[in-house]
Amino acid sequence: MQVTLRDIKLAYDHQPATLNHFSAQLPDGQLTALLGPSGSGKSTVLNLLAGLLTPDAGQIYFDQTEVTHLASRQRHIGMVFQDYALYPHLTVRDNIAFPLKMAHVRKAARYQRVAELAQLVQMTDQLAKFPRQLSGGQQQRVAIARALAKRPDLLLLDEPLSSLDTTLREDLREGIHRIQRATGVTTVLVTHDQDDALQIADQIMILADGRLQQVGTGTALYRHPHNLTVAQSIGRPQLNTCAVTALPTAWRQVLPLEYYQQATTVGIRSEALHLETPTDPHTVAGTISRQIQLGRDHQTTLHTATLRLVSTALPATLQTAVSIGLDPTGCLLFAADGRCIWAGDAHA
Amino acid sequence: MLNAKPTWKSTLKTLLYLAPLLLITAVFTIWPLLNAFLMSVYTKYNYFTDHVGAIGWNNFAYLWHDPLFHLACRNTLLLALVATPLTVALSLLIAYGLNRIHHLARFFRTIYFLPFVTSTIAVGLVWNWIFRLDGGLLNRILGWFGYSAIDWLNDPHYALAALMVVCVWQGLGFNILLFLASLNHIDQRYTAAARLDGANAWQRFTNVTWPLLLPMTILIIVNTALTNFKVFDQVYALFHGSAGPGNADLTLLYYLYQKFYVENQYAVAAASGVIFFLLIGGVTLLTYGYFRHRRRQMGGRL
Repeated sequence: MQVTLRDIKLAYDHQPATLNHFSAQLPDGQLTALLGPSGSGKSTVLNLLAGLLTPDAGQIYFDQTEVTHLASRQRHIGMVFQDYALYPHLTVRDNIAFPLKMAHVRKAARYQRVAELAQLVQMTDQLAKFPRQLSGGQQQRVAIARALAKRPDLLLLDEPLSSLDTTLREDLREGIHRIQRATGVTTVLVTHDQDDALQIADQIMILADGRLQQVGTGTALYRHPHNLTVAQSIGRPQLNTCAVTALPTAWRQVLPLEYYQQATTVGIRSEALHLETPTDPHTVAGTISRQIQLGRDHQTTLHTATLRLVSTALPATLQTAVSIGLDPTGCLLFAADGRCIWAGDAHA
Repeated sequence: MLNAKPTWKSTLKTLLYLAPLLLITAVFTIWPLLNAFLMSVYTKYNYFTDHVGAIGWNNFAYLWHDPLFHLACRNTLLLALVATPLTVALSLLIAYGLNRIHHLARFFRTIYFLPFVTSTIAVGLVWNWIFRLDGGLLNRILGWFGYSAIDWLNDPHYALAALMVVCVWQGLGFNILLFLASLNHIDQRYTAAARLDGANAWQRFTNVTWPLLLPMTILIIVNTALTNFKVFDQVYALFHGSAGPGNADLTLLYYLYQKFYVENQYAVAAASGVIFFLLIGGVTLLTYGYFRHRRRQMGGRL
């Protein structure tokens, strides 16, 4: 099912609008991630889709049907809440069967569906337990099974991974991806973690300040961000930024002059800073203040005369004084309003 | 130290801290309780000289054959069995309503809580006026609907019902407060989840809210049942120091009071007290047992 949000406005009491003129489209059968910092309005979007909030203005469409004022229970949606909201007084089996019971499905049919879902989320041996007896990861899988029970047209996941530890996160991220592929249900995943979004989403929507900043695949967002906010929210370590005036002259020369003159801010990806022989005319002298090993990679903190930069392209070294070259494909130029005017090779 | 092991010394020290309260409990609760149990088997007993002539089950035999005691038992059980569910159901309904309205909720909460903090004597007098045959509020309202006036307080058929009304009304305030606290404690996400799972308002209440309220409901049922077993002052105030027309509102505690203070049959009063004790003890154990059973059923939660 394709979901369309058109010109949505929503403000909580006595606060500036959380969403203003917000429009977005979620393609049918795909997993869309809403990525943004807390307070960006991403949970608000989810609650609007769920029908737990009603917009002050604007429309929501499920395919061609308008559902803006339709009650949650008539929207045919499955939702996984942030800390799962499993009914504590029901067993895993009855939790999963709950939406079917509400729809007056007969008990035998109900439990058959539960068996299917338990298989899908790999919880078959835990059906008789109560939620409090399960680990966080198991609870999450039960919550997903419950959300899928009535074969919803839309699956909403509200930060489903945020309360889990790193190893489990990886596992369950995979799990969500697998289940979404197996069922083909249109899915929205809200997260503040770019790794969650990059690893499983077909398309990522970046939200900040109540506005949709950009929609695209992980590659597109990284290579061709529309603005500084997007560029800063994708990529780890975060994009190095500096004012154009602070950039050393030797590096300015590798950037295209026509765009450079319009720009106020330069963004430098960490992989664009590499070691170069001092004889090269486009190098800048720098000192290494800190180098840390992050698994396979090294993350190096550098200082030039004017800048503090982070690089991941420097090899492990004991030197502190180094000559650093700048790779133009890892550079971004931003205009005064934050718009990206040049992104390494092509202009945005 | 969080992992300190209890020793004899530490236990003694703890007892020393507890001693003042333990002493008060022993003197004013445990000693009288023991005495009451003992007194219930004294048969030839002079209360003023504390002379015990003989010991035996005669007092209990007396109660066994006393039609007044039977009446008191019947009235008390009837009162508890009717007033308790009514009180609990009404307070749940009102608390649920108050929880959902946003305006004036505080005002209504105060109104409902007032009976709990008002003296029973004052309450009894006001209800006495409400129930009056001529000019009473209740009969006036009945009159508007075309019913003939009922002499609530002097007709043996209605006197117990009148008492029930007062007991229910007086029990509402505190129970509403407890239910409201418990309702506020239920995580909103459960109802939101149920909404998305397709549950309508009634299904949300029966499948989510009600089961989550169960621990509090059991507590309230026990508490209300005990309160309704112990009705005395309401009778006293409503009927100006009698047990109602033809003893229609004679409760167990009123019976005990009469035996002790009016008829000076101290040992019989003590025996009825023992039976009363066993009765409410039994009710408490029964509900507690049910509670434990449910807790085990729900995987140790609650």
